[in-house]
Parts: sequence; C-alpha cells; structure tokens
Amino acid sequence: MNRITGAFHGVLAVAMGLVLLFAAPLRAEVDIQEITTPGGFRVWLVEEQAIPFVALEIRFRGGASLDMPGKRGAINLMTATLEEGAGDLDARAFAARRDSLAAELHFDVGPDALSVSAKMLSENRTEAAELLRLALNEPRFDQDAVDRVRHQVLSIIRSDQKDPDSIAFQTFNRLAFGEHPYGSSINGTIESVSALTREDLVEARNRVIARDRVHVAAVGDITPDELSELVDGLLSGLPARGAPMPPEAPWLLEGGQTVVPFETPQSVAVFGAPGIGMDDPDFFAAYVLTEIVGGSGLQSRLMKEVRERRGLTYGVYAYLADRVLADTLMGHVASANDRIASAIKVIRGEWERLQREGVSAEELARAKRYMTGAYPLRFDGNGPIANILVGMQMRGMPPDYINIRNARIEAVTLEDIQRVIRRLYRPEKLHFVVVGQPQGLGE
Amino acid sequence: MRAAFLVVCQVIVFVFLTRVISGPAAAANDVSTFTLENGMEIVVIEDHRAPVVVHMVWYKAGAADEKPGVSGVAHFLEHLLFKATENMEAGELSATVAENGGSDNAFTTQDATAYFQRVSSDRLELMMRMEADRMRNLKLTEQDIATERNVILEERNMRVENNPGALFSEQRRAAQYLNHPYGIPVIGWKHEAERLSRGDALEFYRRYYAPNNAILIVAGDVDPAEVFAMARRYYGPLRPTAGLSPRSRPQEPLQLSERRLRFRDPRVAQPYVARSYLAPERDPGNQKEAAALVLLAQILGGNPTTSFLARKLQFETKTAIFAGAFYDGTSLDDTTFSLMVVLSEGISHQEGEQALDEAIASFLQEGVDPQDLERVKIQLRAAYIYESDNVQSLARRYGMALTAGLTIDDIRQWPGILQQTSEEDIMAAARRLFDRRRAVTGWLMRSETTEAIR
Repeated sequence: MNRITGAFHGVLAVAMGLVLLFAAPLRAEVDIQEITTPGGFRVWLVEEQAIPFVALEIRFRGGASLDMPGKRGAINLMTATLEEGAGDLDARAFAARRDSLAAELHFDVGPDALSVSAKMLSENRTEAAELLRLALNEPRFDQDAVDRVRHQVLSIIRSDQKDPDSIAFQTFNRLAFGEHPYGSSINGTIESVSALTREDLVEARNRVIARDRVHVAAVGDITPDELSELVDGLLSGLPARGAPMPPEAPWLLEGGQTVVPFETPQSVAVFGAPGIGMDDPDFFAAYVLTEIVGGSGLQSRLMKEVRERRGLTYGVYAYLADRVLADTLMGHVASANDRIASAIKVIRGEWERLQREGVSAEELARAKRYMTGAYPLRFDGNGPIANILVGMQMRGMPPDYINIRNARIEAVTLEDIQRVIRRLYRPEKLHFVVVGQPQGLGE
Repeated sequence: MRAAFLVVCQVIVFVFLTRVISGPAAAANDVSTFTLENGMEIVVIEDHRAPVVVHMVWYKAGAADEKPGVSGVAHFLEHLLFKATENMEAGELSATVAENGGSDNAFTTQDATAYFQRVSSDRLELMMRMEADRMRNLKLTEQDIATERNVILEERNMRVENNPGALFSEQRRAAQYLNHPYGIPVIGWKHEAERLSRGDALEFYRRYYAPNNAILIVAGDVDPAEVFAMARRYYGPLRPTAGLSPRSRPQEPLQLSERRLRFRDPRVAQPYVARSYLAPERDPGNQKEAAALVLLAQILGGNPTTSFLARKLQFETKTAIFAGAFYDGTSLDDTTFSLMVVLSEGISHQEGEQALDEAIASFLQEGVDPQDLERVKIQLRAAYIYESDNVQSLARRYGMALTAGLTIDDIRQWPGILQQTSEEDIMAAARRLFDRRRAVTGWLMRSETTEAIR
C-alpha cells in the first residue's frame, strides 16, 4: 500500500472498524464458539471448512500509544521489524520460509492496538504457526535489519511531511490532543526514529506484546482443539504484563479553523469535534445520524450538497471515530484552492441546518433500512469475519452482542436524533484544518 | 516491512471513494456462461456460503476507445450514468441500492467501464431492472454536465494534481506509447477534461453502451438457470448497436529510441528511479509469454525481502530502500513491465539507475534460482485459494480478463500455464523484454536537485 495515502486511510479505518464492529448477522450464519485454552487464553472461533485455510487475527491493546516518553516511533519500528528475522532465521531466511509455506503474516500497529493478521493453509498450518511463534517470541532485531527498516520509516515520515492529507490529519491531531500519544504520529519524528536503538525495540516489544492485553479470533478450517494448541503455542511464552495504558486523551480544540499553507492545487480539509462513546445511551442515535449526514456513497447530506448539487468535491465524509482513549466526530473534504471556502461554507451550513430543521422521518427510515440491510453483507469471508470478531473483543463486547445490533438501530427515534443533534452537531464546536493555498477563507 | 511504495499508475478510476472494500466469498468457483440473442454475454460464478450477490455489468469500452481530443470522456460518462434515465431520477439507482442494504460503485480502465452492486441475493432482480434501464435510457441535462465536470476535475486534483508521483507517472506513460492511446490518462488530460460536453458523453454512450458490447457477471449465492432467465427478461429486450466492430486501436510502431525523463517538483519527498519497458500482454490462446513475465516480475521484484532486486539493491549495495518490479498482463494491447528503485538517502539517481542496470545484467547472466521459482509458484497457487475467500475479486478478475479480449478458457487455463512456466521460459522472456530502445526511464527529483541526466 502506498503509505503516502496511508495516513488518510488509517483514520478512515478507525471509522470502518466501528462500522464493522456493529455489523451483526440478520441471516448470515456466524456460529461463534468461545474457547478457553488450557493456557488460559479466551479465543473466539468460527469453523468454516469450505476453503482449506484459517484466518487468524490477534490484537495487543495499547499499540503505539505505549511508546515511552522520548521514544516516539519505537513501537512502530519494532512492529515493522518483527518479520525481519526471528530465532535462527535472519530476515531473508524468515521471508523465504514464510513464502515457501505461502503463509500470509502481517504485522501492523495503530494508536490503539498492535495487530497480527495471519492466513495459513491447512496443509502446512503447523509450520506456519511455528514461524509466527518465532516472530512474536524470538524476534532478532538484527542491527542491519533495524537500520534498513528505519530508513523506510524515515522515508515515510518525510513523505508525510509533503502530503496534504497527512499534514492535515497530523495537524488536527496535534491541535486536538496535544501531548497525549494521540496528538502525534505513531511513526515518530526524524529525530526520535534516528535515535532509536536495538534496546529500545526490545523494550518496546515488552511494553505491548504481552499476555495481559491480547485478543484472538480465528475463522476457517480448524477445530477448537487445534486452535487451542496453536494459540497456547503462540502466546504462552510472552511476558505476563505490558506497560500501563495511557490516560484518556483530552480535547483541546475550540471551534474555528487553522490554515497550513502548502503549495498544491487542491486544498485538503480535515474537520472534527468531540464525539460520543459507544457505551453512551445515545451512541446508536449518533451513529445513525452520522450516516445520514456523512455516510459513504452518494446519499449522505454532505455528498448531496457539496458534490451532487454543487460539484465542489469528489468526496466528502463525516464519521464517528471512536478510539479507545478518545471519541471524535470527524470529517474530510478536498476542493480546489479557489473552491474550498465554498465547500466549507456548505458543510458548516449543514450543521446549522441540522440545528434548525433536524432530519425527516423519511431520512431516518432510509438510513435504518440501509444500515440494517447492509449488515449481513459484511460477514463475507474468513478474513473479514475474524476481523469483526477481534474488534468486538477489543471493545469488551460479548459474542451475542451482534444479535441485538440491528434492534438498537431500529429503536432510534426522531427524538433521540434531535437530542444528539443538539449535543453533538454544534456548529460552534467544529474545527477545520485546511492544508493548501485556500482562497477566501478569511479568519 | 512491507513495500511502502507503489508505482503510481492511475489505471482505475472509481466514481467515488469506497470506504469499505470487501466482497462475498466463493468456495467452489463454479462458473457458467451464456449469451443472449442480442449479443450480451453472461457469466455466473457460484458461491453459496453467504446470501450475497455481486452484480456487475462490464462494457468493452474504456479510455483507450475514446476519439482524439476528448480524453476522460469514458470516465466522465461513468459518472454521468448515476444521473437520470427515462425511468429513474438522478441518484435513484444508488439510493435504491442503499435502501436495500447494498452498496454500488463503478470504475473505468483503459479497456473497460464497469458498474457493480453488492446486495442481498434476493435483490438481484431489482439490480438487473435498474442496470438494464441505464444501458440505453440515459437522460442528461446541461446542468448535470456542468456540475459533474467539476466533480471529475476535483477527482483529477485529488488523484493527480496533488500528487507529484502521479504527475510523473502520467508523463512516463505518455512517453512510453508513441502511437497507442494507452499513453493518455484514464481520467483525461486536464485541458481536455475541462471542455468535455454533453455531446461528447452521449456519442460515446450511444455507441458503446449496448448489449452486444457488454458482459454481465453475477457472482454469489445464485442459481445460474435463474440468473439466465432473469437476464433474458431484463437485458434481452435491449437493442444492440449496429455495426459495432471489434476494437482496433492504433498500434505501436517499432520503438527504436530509448526515452528519458526528469521530473522535478518541490513536493517530492522521496526521490526514485522508474523504468518501464513495452511488453506483450496475454492473448487469447497465447498466454505463455505473459505468464513468463508474471513470474519474472515476481522473482525480480515481487517481494520486498526475498526478490532478486531487493537482495541486490536493498541488502547488498544498500542503494535502495525499496526495489520492485511490476507487470500486469491483462490488457487488450501492449502493456508495460516496470522497475522501480526508491533511493537510499545520499544515493544519486545516476547511482541508483546504474545499480539497477548492473542487477539486471547479473540476473541475465545468473539465471533464475530454482528455489525462487518454486517459492513464487507456491505463492501463486496459494493466492488462488486465498482469493476464493472473496467472490468480488474473483468476479473482477473475470471481468478484467474478458474485457481484455480473453476467453473463459483462457482464464481457466491461466493458473496452469503459470505453474508450467520453466526457468528457460522466464530467461527467454527476460532477454526479449530488456531492450532499452523500448524503455522509458524516469527520475523523480526534489526540485532543488540539479544533477545532470546522462
């Protein structure tokens, strides 16, 4: 993937995670087995023998937000180096082994979790799992591998500095969250990453890859006993405890706008305001309302007003970004420098129109039909289902939670929506960060 | 760490950004085909694991089928197909899909334009009714044109004008093709896209949007016999375009002279060297050369750690932080084979290119490592197993191949041909490929760089 756009998709992925999280089957047959392994790990499994492989998803809570002070980027660099040699295998030997098993082993990290996504063929699952065990338990962090990956990360950091989307998201996060880990890029800075040592990576690994913060889901061609053995083998040797979680992130941003001058033809705007927690009684109303305002496709109010009626942009979105340590209502739009001011005016106007007019019963009904109908379509393959299940565990939800998801959406009333509009969609709370050479924005 | 860079090649342009890209699943991959009397081809891919269906209509007309001077019109029309028809209001199709819990989108490539919906399988008939309607009954107003033209210009801003790597890629492609329209970007040159008219769009529409130029692909939890009956009911009555001959675009002459570009932009953060060679594509009944090139690209630069170029340039000389090779043989006409060297800090373009040339020379001398070939073949085989977890990507593979002039038989034989390719086949293809007279070499540079090109 192109990391230049990675930052943008990364933030969208937060919203997508949310959507997936609440995806529950109407008719899709998802039979979740909850297993406690002999080693004491609680694991969710959906057996599906149709295709001879298993998709395994593992999450370690805390992710890159567990970086030590002054070591920003250590957990990201560590994660990127996990597949660069383990046990007796150096980087090339490890990759050659993985590829000759045709196993897919992906390691990724974000502000809330370190993710391991594996696909293993049934024919050589034991060998593939052993390779994954090595990466998690005995990563080598050879100096030459660390340096090679470090240069790739530095290149990404430099690219982000010249990419309008990355600049916009990073600026927004810095203004909103300040010194909290959410306020800075998980990649770290040129200075912090240049200074990281092999010892820093070892320490980073011990902070996040630990038994007290792990979630596991598997979907595919594997039995409960086989999965138990596999998971115990992977995880039993890890440190018992990782680093403590950071505190909740503060919200430091007032309404208004911030312009970051950057020479490029199209301005990019990231906008946002405080959001709403998933445990809040009004969460589902906010979720449905945000779909009406800024959901995907051409039907949202923002797409209709900014794109379909006025041709001011190719895409405009708003979404609830519920992260572990902060809940945010976020949005994104891009327009030519001489048109971005109009786009922002229309978006602000939509917030004001909501205050004046609310939404209609018909809009609410349409959104409910879409959201409840789209739901079973998400359980569509071993990989996607495993992802949904592990995301639910991250949020502390029981397996049967998915069965009530659509009922919660159906239960949202116009009064609920009205209450959430007053609480969440307050025009004076909305802050825009604009990167480019916007014309006519004023101050 | 995985590849952080890709050759930015804007060959696919969607009607809007998809935020969730996923598809239903195929277990057995049972494929059935059928042709309607009006010439429309139908392909059904069965997968009964989830009650979901993907409904796609592919037109055998893409950006490379535009007349000169109206670049971007195929893609512009793709956007306009979401406007009103004689039977639907503007936006009604997408709204109806959403109300039924589905999602829809469309995309344009050099060889095809495709429209698709992903819905619960009991809504298939509704999809067919609406898609058949917009094949022949589009109604466009001047207001639609004015507004949507701004949308595609903003799309171009986002994908290309705001991205120096994409601008560089456009220039390299334009230099690669001396005569064939593949040198023109799918999204259109800015100065031409700005002037696209209602007449331009309708001319393309009336000629190419017809059952005898379309392929229907239905993938998911469906019964082929029911799909055929339904397709006959909705697509069967549509009138074909008379006199539509097989596509024949201007072909490349013998390329006799190497081309070299330097592209400078202050927004470039990471300089690199990119080279592309004109390369043969998969042809019906003749896919061996393309199969050899697929394996060549995998062995040379398909893996950021184990590939030949990674070993040479990232591990040994440390010239590159990333080195890769790219080839997509699914194309109606001559395609490209590309190499990329993302330069390490302090390495000049000259040094990077020289290291690349030396690596290619030593590859031609050393030949294919049998272990590398074995590993790549295992991965290709596994890729088919993993892909069967996602019927939408399977449907797309069929659509891409069929609109690139291949047959169902070609698609079925392709995995086997890949597996049968030998070390000698790969080396012979490599020797034919690596001729600098058919190559474009580009240096993407920070604007302050003043190094001379040789």
